[in-house]
Amino acid sequence: MAWRQPMTEIDTPNDSAVGFHQVSKSFGALTVFEDLSLTLPKDQITAIVGTSGSGKTTLLQMINGLERPDQGEVEVLGRPVPYENLESYRRGIGYAVQGAGLFPHLTAEQNVTLVAKLVGWSEAKRRSRFLDLLKTVDLDEDVASRLPRQLSGGQQQRLGICRALMLQPAILLLDEPFSAVDPITRLGLYESFEQARQAHPSTTVLVTHDLREARRLAEFMVILDAGEVVQSGVPREVLANPATPYAERLIESQLS
Amino acid sequence: MIAKRIVIGLCLVWCALGSVGAAAVQTVTVGSKNFGESYLLAEIAAQVLEAQGFRVNRKLGLGGTLICYEALKNAEIDLYPEYTGTLSQAVLNLPGNPDRTQINQVLADQGLELLAEYGFNNTYAIVVRDEQAQQLGLRRIGDLHQQNLTAAFSHEFLQREDGWPGLAQRYNLQQPTKGIEHGLAYQAIADGAIDVTDAYSTDGELQRYQLRILQDDLGYFPEYRAATLVQTSASPQLRQALAGLHNMLDESQVQALNAKVALQGQSFQQVAADFIRANASRLGLSEQDTAKIETLSGQSPWVGQLWGHFMRHLQLTGSALFAAIAIGLGISLLVYRRQRLAEIVVYLCGLMQTIPSLALLALMIPLFGIGFLPAIIALFLYSLLPIVRNAITALANTDPTLVRVSAALGLSGWEQLRYLRLPLATPAIFAGIRTAAVISIGTATLAAFIGAGGLGEPIVVGLSLNDTNMILRGAIPAAVLAIVVELVFAALERRVSPPR
Repeated sequence: MAWRQPMTEIDTPNDSAVGFHQVSKSFGALTVFEDLSLTLPKDQITAIVGTSGSGKTTLLQMINGLERPDQGEVEVLGRPVPYENLESYRRGIGYAVQGAGLFPHLTAEQNVTLVAKLVGWSEAKRRSRFLDLLKTVDLDEDVASRLPRQLSGGQQQRLGICRALMLQPAILLLDEPFSAVDPITRLGLYESFEQARQAHPSTTVLVTHDLREARRLAEFMVILDAGEVVQSGVPREVLANPATPYAERLIESQLS
Repeated sequence: MIAKRIVIGLCLVWCALGSVGAAAVQTVTVGSKNFGESYLLAEIAAQVLEAQGFRVNRKLGLGGTLICYEALKNAEIDLYPEYTGTLSQAVLNLPGNPDRTQINQVLADQGLELLAEYGFNNTYAIVVRDEQAQQLGLRRIGDLHQQNLTAAFSHEFLQREDGWPGLAQRYNLQQPTKGIEHGLAYQAIADGAIDVTDAYSTDGELQRYQLRILQDDLGYFPEYRAATLVQTSASPQLRQALAGLHNMLDESQVQALNAKVALQGQSFQQVAADFIRANASRLGLSEQDTAKIETLSGQSPWVGQLWGHFMRHLQLTGSALFAAIAIGLGISLLVYRRQRLAEIVVYLCGLMQTIPSLALLALMIPLFGIGFLPAIIALFLYSLLPIVRNAITALANTDPTLVRVSAALGLSGWEQLRYLRLPLATPAIFAGIRTAAVISIGTATLAAFIGAGGLGEPIVVGLSLNDTNMILRGAIPAAVLAIVVELVFAALERRVSPPR
């Protein structure tokens, strides 16, 4: 792929769901972001890509307040993140991680429905929502009473996504949830995820180091390099026109 | 309703457990230290009192002079056999060699009084083989001067200010000396391996090995005249009942009684009863009185006693463990999120663990006296570490991914604790409780030293009498109890752990 002139403008979606405004964040001596500004489109899937250490996960965790910027502001659905009331705020945001992170002492159903129970859903409502979710991610009902360790990695990952979707969140945050499974299982997961999302569209932010995954799932894409946004836009265009040598290397290493 | 009944039921059981050895009218509590002669003298006093209609509560084998003395001052016991020298040297720090009258003048301030002496002096003695003494004409310590004899003394005697250094100076003795374990010294001197050693003047071995005590004609050793120590408030009836003990024994008689216990393996109850029967009139007892002794000594009470010891042991460890669980878990929940504070708490609990058990029990005395409460507090302190350490470690080290996920799901701190940290930490917390239970069952055997009873009582008595059977009567049930508790907790732990 030939080197082209860098794009002078970074594409900005009109209808934004998440906005980072001049955000700086350090861990001790390590500066991750300095004066970062970025907006992510509403009701679309945004893929954040980049190598390890580029700041993808930190960016994601600033959306649900797991990390708090040292300076600047993070705005979600038009409001700054309410750090004094994170619990109810986070209940409106789904979160799924690599390896699923299911609680080992709870059954599949207990894992998925725990937060619904805490916010006071009736047992019948929890049960029916749980069964719906199982269907959309292609899981049998008989996983309901099993503990995580009795389930395959793919099944656990599907349940992780069910848990993230349980309360029908307006925002869904995914931190490499498809990367710890084998390629065939992963393809099945993609399909399940797309089905689930069709059933309930939401603004989704997907952190991944896999550009094929980004191309397959995302409608918007952000390339991070050492805490800086080097390129963003519709995946097909971004991948066809890498803006920096880093972006080009990244794309070449995975897609040529 | 059911819960209420269970609580009431438990209270009743508790009270029933507590009433083991409960008080009645005209009860006298007799204490002793944890060596053979003290047991024997206390047992004689106890049986003499029983013969005259008193009800006697025995707290024998308390762990040393300090514990007995404090216990008497705090009216936890009513009397125990003590020695003039011990009081003047170790307790009251009086100069010289004061007699009973002088000691009593000082004791009066403490509300204590030494009754009339039993008649013998159990002091340090320098002994030689009788046969050799006759050959060389040895009668006094001074006669050792310029004799070419091999002298070996117990390590303590060689070190003590009032032991060999002072003695050698007073009698101008210059022979070389070596150290020897006191228990081996008798055999060594009997075999001729050594010629001179130190002993206590009432040791039963002196007669058995035909040893002669050299006279301390310069009065170097303080006198250790035995007598009953009581409170000045002791009733006239009690004083009257004990009056017969005055001058009841001389050195050779005590040696003979000690030998029966230490060398012939008789129980001190038996030896005391035989002695009282043989000397009833001198002790001021009628035939009716001694008849009571006969029936008393005819009993073989150890099986019944064992049950009492066992229940007492359960009560001690159970109370301490419950307190440690409640307070330990409470502390852990308060501090586990603050790493620095958590480290300090674990460190402090660990520090407690490094205090030797006996020292900790002794430290309890000035604060809580002797008996049940201080023992429970000491056991509680020992049980804290495994519980607190396990709980804090398990709570603080929950898989960080899971903690992050639970936070991201919107669980509050309390909900994270309730639904994630606590369930995951439960097996480790149980393991800590299990360790604490086993430790406190073991350590509770030492509670007997401060008169808290339990399975340590036969162990302590057995140790001082060199009676293996008696030691086992405490040690085996304690070991079985520890194993059973271990198994029960292991089963519980499996139930609370997530299934595999």
